[in-house]
Amino acid sequence: MAGVKAIVITGNGTNCEMEMAHACRLAGCGVVDIVNVWDIYAGRVEIGAYEFLNLPGGFMDGDDLGSAKAGANRFKFAPMAGSNRRLMDDILKFIEDGKLILGVCNGFQLLVKLGLIPAVGGDRTAQEVTLTSNDSGRFEDRWICMKTDPASPCVFTKGMGGITLPVRHGEGKFVPMDDHVLGVVRERHLAPLRYALPDYSAPTSSYPHNPNGSVDAIAGLCDPTGRVFGLMPHPEAYLQRTNHPRWTREPDLPEEGAGLKFFRNAVEFLK
Amino acid sequence: MAHRIEVALKAGLRDPAGEKVKRRAAEDFGIAGISSVRVVDAYNIDGELESDELDLVAREPFSDRVVQAYAVDRPVIGDFDCAIEVGFLPGVTDNVGRTATEALEVCVPRAAGKCQVYTSRVHLFRGTLSPGEAERIGEGMLANLLIQSCRITDRASFAGRGRFEPQIPKVRSRVEPRVETIDLEVPDEGLNAISRDRVLVLSLREMCAIQAHYRDARVREARLSAGLGVSPTDVELEVLAQTWSEHCKHKIFNARVRYRDAESGAEETVDGLFATYVKRTTAEVRRAAGARDICVSVFSDNAGVIRFDETHNLVFKVETHNSPSALDPYGGALTGIVGVNRDPFGTGLGSKLIFNTDVFCFASPFRAGALPPRILHPRRIFEGVREGVEHGGNKSGIPTVNGSVVFDESYLGKPLVFCGTAGIIPRELNGRPSESKEVVPGDLIVMTGGRIGKDGIHGATFSSEELHEGSPVTAVQIGDPITQKRMTDFLLAARDAGLYRAITDNGAGGLSSSVGEMARLSGGCEIDLTDAPLKYAGLHPWEILISEAQERMTLAVAPEKTGAFSELAARMKVEATVMGRFTQSGRFVVRYRGKTVALLDMDFLHEGLPRMELEAVWRPPRPAPDEPACPADLGPALRDILGRLNVCSKHYIVRQYDHEVQGGSVVKPLTGAGDDGPSDAAVIRPVLGSHRGVVVAHGIVPRYSAIDTYSMVSCGIDEAMRNYVSVGGDPGHAAGLDNFCWCDPVKSAKNPEGDFNLARLVRANKALFDCCTALGVPLISGKDSMKNDYIHGDTKISILPTVLFSVIGVIPDARKAVTMDVKAPGDLVYVVGMTRSEMGASEYWCARGVPGGTPPAVDPSSARRVFAALHGAVLQGLVASCHDSSDGGLGVALAEAAFAGGLGIAADLWKAPHSGVERDDHLLFSESATRFVVTVKSGKKRAFEAAMDGVILGLVGEVTASPRLQLRGAKGGRPIVDEDVFDLKKAWQKTLDF
Repeated sequence: MAGVKAIVITGNGTNCEMEMAHACRLAGCGVVDIVNVWDIYAGRVEIGAYEFLNLPGGFMDGDDLGSAKAGANRFKFAPMAGSNRRLMDDILKFIEDGKLILGVCNGFQLLVKLGLIPAVGGDRTAQEVTLTSNDSGRFEDRWICMKTDPASPCVFTKGMGGITLPVRHGEGKFVPMDDHVLGVVRERHLAPLRYALPDYSAPTSSYPHNPNGSVDAIAGLCDPTGRVFGLMPHPEAYLQRTNHPRWTREPDLPEEGAGLKFFRNAVEFLK
Repeated sequence: MAHRIEVALKAGLRDPAGEKVKRRAAEDFGIAGISSVRVVDAYNIDGELESDELDLVAREPFSDRVVQAYAVDRPVIGDFDCAIEVGFLPGVTDNVGRTATEALEVCVPRAAGKCQVYTSRVHLFRGTLSPGEAERIGEGMLANLLIQSCRITDRASFAGRGRFEPQIPKVRSRVEPRVETIDLEVPDEGLNAISRDRVLVLSLREMCAIQAHYRDARVREARLSAGLGVSPTDVELEVLAQTWSEHCKHKIFNARVRYRDAESGAEETVDGLFATYVKRTTAEVRRAAGARDICVSVFSDNAGVIRFDETHNLVFKVETHNSPSALDPYGGALTGIVGVNRDPFGTGLGSKLIFNTDVFCFASPFRAGALPPRILHPRRIFEGVREGVEHGGNKSGIPTVNGSVVFDESYLGKPLVFCGTAGIIPRELNGRPSESKEVVPGDLIVMTGGRIGKDGIHGATFSSEELHEGSPVTAVQIGDPITQKRMTDFLLAARDAGLYRAITDNGAGGLSSSVGEMARLSGGCEIDLTDAPLKYAGLHPWEILISEAQERMTLAVAPEKTGAFSELAARMKVEATVMGRFTQSGRFVVRYRGKTVALLDMDFLHEGLPRMELEAVWRPPRPAPDEPACPADLGPALRDILGRLNVCSKHYIVRQYDHEVQGGSVVKPLTGAGDDGPSDAAVIRPVLGSHRGVVVAHGIVPRYSAIDTYSMVSCGIDEAMRNYVSVGGDPGHAAGLDNFCWCDPVKSAKNPEGDFNLARLVRANKALFDCCTALGVPLISGKDSMKNDYIHGDTKISILPTVLFSVIGVIPDARKAVTMDVKAPGDLVYVVGMTRSEMGASEYWCARGVPGGTPPAVDPSSARRVFAALHGAVLQGLVASCHDSSDGGLGVALAEAAFAGGLGIAADLWKAPHSGVERDDHLLFSESATRFVVTVKSGKKRAFEAAMDGVILGLVGEVTASPRLQLRGAKGGRPIVDEDVFDLKKAWQKTLDF
């Protein structure tokens, strides 16, 4: 058996593909391919050949029309060579087949704008929440703390306690369409990660611990299956002890970075 | 028919962009009557679309249904007191418009090629805003009239119309491309007039050399047989002017200089600054290093190349983009960063980019009072440059890991914007050494990436009177990181597949320079401009050839690989155009629409430039003045120094740059217990499977130029190396890059100080040579920018001569890296290096208004021993923290190390090695070179001192749990500072906490 097959989609402004692929490898995926999205549109690669789809961070199309908007537009409308399928069709099939999707930062923004998460209305193509400009009005790079929800169906966060990761975004403020959507997200535990105080004790709305003003402090979100998951912070940026901002003063930090756990959980699920 | 789609945040939602405008209007312009600002994005569509198509585009890619509302051909918000709409002028790069056009074509395939989207942004103000205030906000903050339009609409005039008209700034050219010939058989005044009127910037001597060349019988014969006249074409003159420009040929650095010391009368002749000092430094260092030489390719390519490990090399280049940033800070800086990206990308066979650095020099952002004409307020330049580098770096996925900001009033006329980029490249690619550059006659010239427009033709010298309403703006360029990212994704794939033979960047001089340089490798070229991809019609052949339009690389592709190359380009949505072929004819030939329009001898083009002869006169500085008495309590002075612009925290900028993308971050720009202390340098791991790290640092102290540029350069180099060694960089595996920014060093009637400025340049070069050879640091690349002056009427503002010295190197195991924050109570505090009363141009004296004096002197031979010993101690794990002492001296270094660690330090400064120091304030604030504050676990005392054997150091105190900085001064050990470290941190953070 070749082990878990992971695909990392890049191109057109995506820029975290290298470390995302590295995380997949460290987590034990048997096959890890970085594939340029244009090769998918050209019909040279099909995502159906993989089980773990990674949508890394970056600036698809420069986020020129709002984060991931132009990218989502292409996923929905651009035909793939030699067929009349859209990439979105293949992704829906991918989910139906019980496979896993992880979107980080720009990848999370893409999943949300495609309507793939939280998908509480049963329709995976209608956008129900968004990630919009930070309250600070700025892009910011800083490490934040998050609290996990153990009751979440999310495959990726199983067994995690508090976790610290860097955020690096200008449009990460979570906003639901309405109170109903937020209610369902809470009720079904679809927000496995919330920005928390530095001791991980409780979710917070205070800046900079909640770095963007996200409603309900939501930092990560999954669909009801728990298999489609996105988050603003970057787990692939903390794979190694020396990535931690205070590694030179915290001798007890483990060699392995806490971000790897998301990928290990994915591999564990698929094995 | 034109349409307009407007998008805005839904009513009741917070509008952070609008809030920012309101805040800046109040803070920067004192306009307090605004109650709210809403921002509307307008997509102005030039083309026919049905209403359902417009609705689809508005609903899907152009708006976000959760938070935004849209309106088609009507205003999305109609209730306001004043509206300011900002759009682009014709021909200016509109990145969002390009993305919007593509998105529209994806949604509405039938519109492909028939619709163009132009974006504009409307700011809707509620409250009281007078017409004058609206104009100040519009032109002083929101729009830059060089590249943008600004339309102000008040409530009453909008009520009459009920909507905003679509803004379609399309280029409408009235020009038929043509080639002119220029008669050079004119008197000298005529030659000067040709150079001036055509913005050739060639001297009379250079014009005469060209005139003589065209008189040559052999040249005439060749021209006649090629169907050309005996006079040069405009294409030829422009190619010569680009190739012979100061920017490309570094005429001043290659000139013969007569240097005279006005005081001693001593004279010497320097046979070219570059050859005598820069190039010779590297040659001597490499010779001395022998088998330990780290250099792979120096001075011969777009960037320098050194070894990284057994399988990879590192590539590094730093550039400046000063004049464009003065005119359009955002576009200038953005172009600066994406432009320097293409240097390592175009070095050897092309490297993958791993980090950016940026150093800015501005006047104070708090400057009050009137500004000279055409100068933007320093706060606006600060903000524009910061944002340009943010977008250029973040959107390219390259971490910005190191930088600084220097403030001095001399940068009011021209800011300095240094942008650096490094890359990594396998040592061999497809069996070839990756640094090799080879072009074979018969190879095709291929241009990839963006299209050619009038962007950047003759840089910023074009005067605005020559523009008509529909003509494109040529003065400034705006970079497009996404077009460039697509291109670099494609070219790395093409590189690994072996689809091209050589690559270079299109920067200054455009195709004329990139093809001209590559053609030297084969011995000639033939370019055909007929089918060059243009942004819009109406460019003359000379314009196509020298356009500096961004995001373009030029390649040499073997004929048999052209098919595969083009196929890959098409698949990855990158334009690639064959522009001709390389030859061995010895000629640079250009054709257009079936005719030869340029025929130049390669020899004359590259070697025909006459050498400059220049005079330099050094006038030594005045002796030290009287100094006010030393205050008894130096705590307030320390807080004051910590808050000074050159010392204070730059977190406002740092946090807005992604410094961690690519996943290899080890030492970040901000560090310590609260992630907010100032790191000395950056460490990254570019190969994620390896622990070997790259270290990058820099030094820059233009203040000392007010006294002596020799000090300025030697202290800058020492500072760069201190920073590098502080985090764990191996001083035996370090390479330097020198970037000179100068005020005009050529004496003339309008520049009587030119000979003195040149003498300062000579002294700077002497320091460069003396320090780098003694330290064993080779120079691998550099750049000079020689005319950083502002002249308007009687007002002249010249920058302080400024050298940025950047260092790149290696830490063998990144897990051994050290940060500057003190780690634990009880750790021992050492001061390494000798403190002297070297107060000239120090931050302390600048703060007290004391001019002149003696700046620090560097002893590079002893510095080399200190760096080696300290590095040894770091590798043995004996160093808990290490911070270099620079601006503000030991006082600042101790304070920063303490508050970054969230702990205190109790120290007796008199125990720090010192010589000739009589005063407490000198002890605390002297900026003597080659000093560090190091903390060591008490159990490692003996091992540390053994590792530092032979190095001057003093054990001055220890780290305390109580968060106070308690320092004792000279002789009697009197307390001179007793401050809470969190108060000190606050003083350090608040200055630029925007």
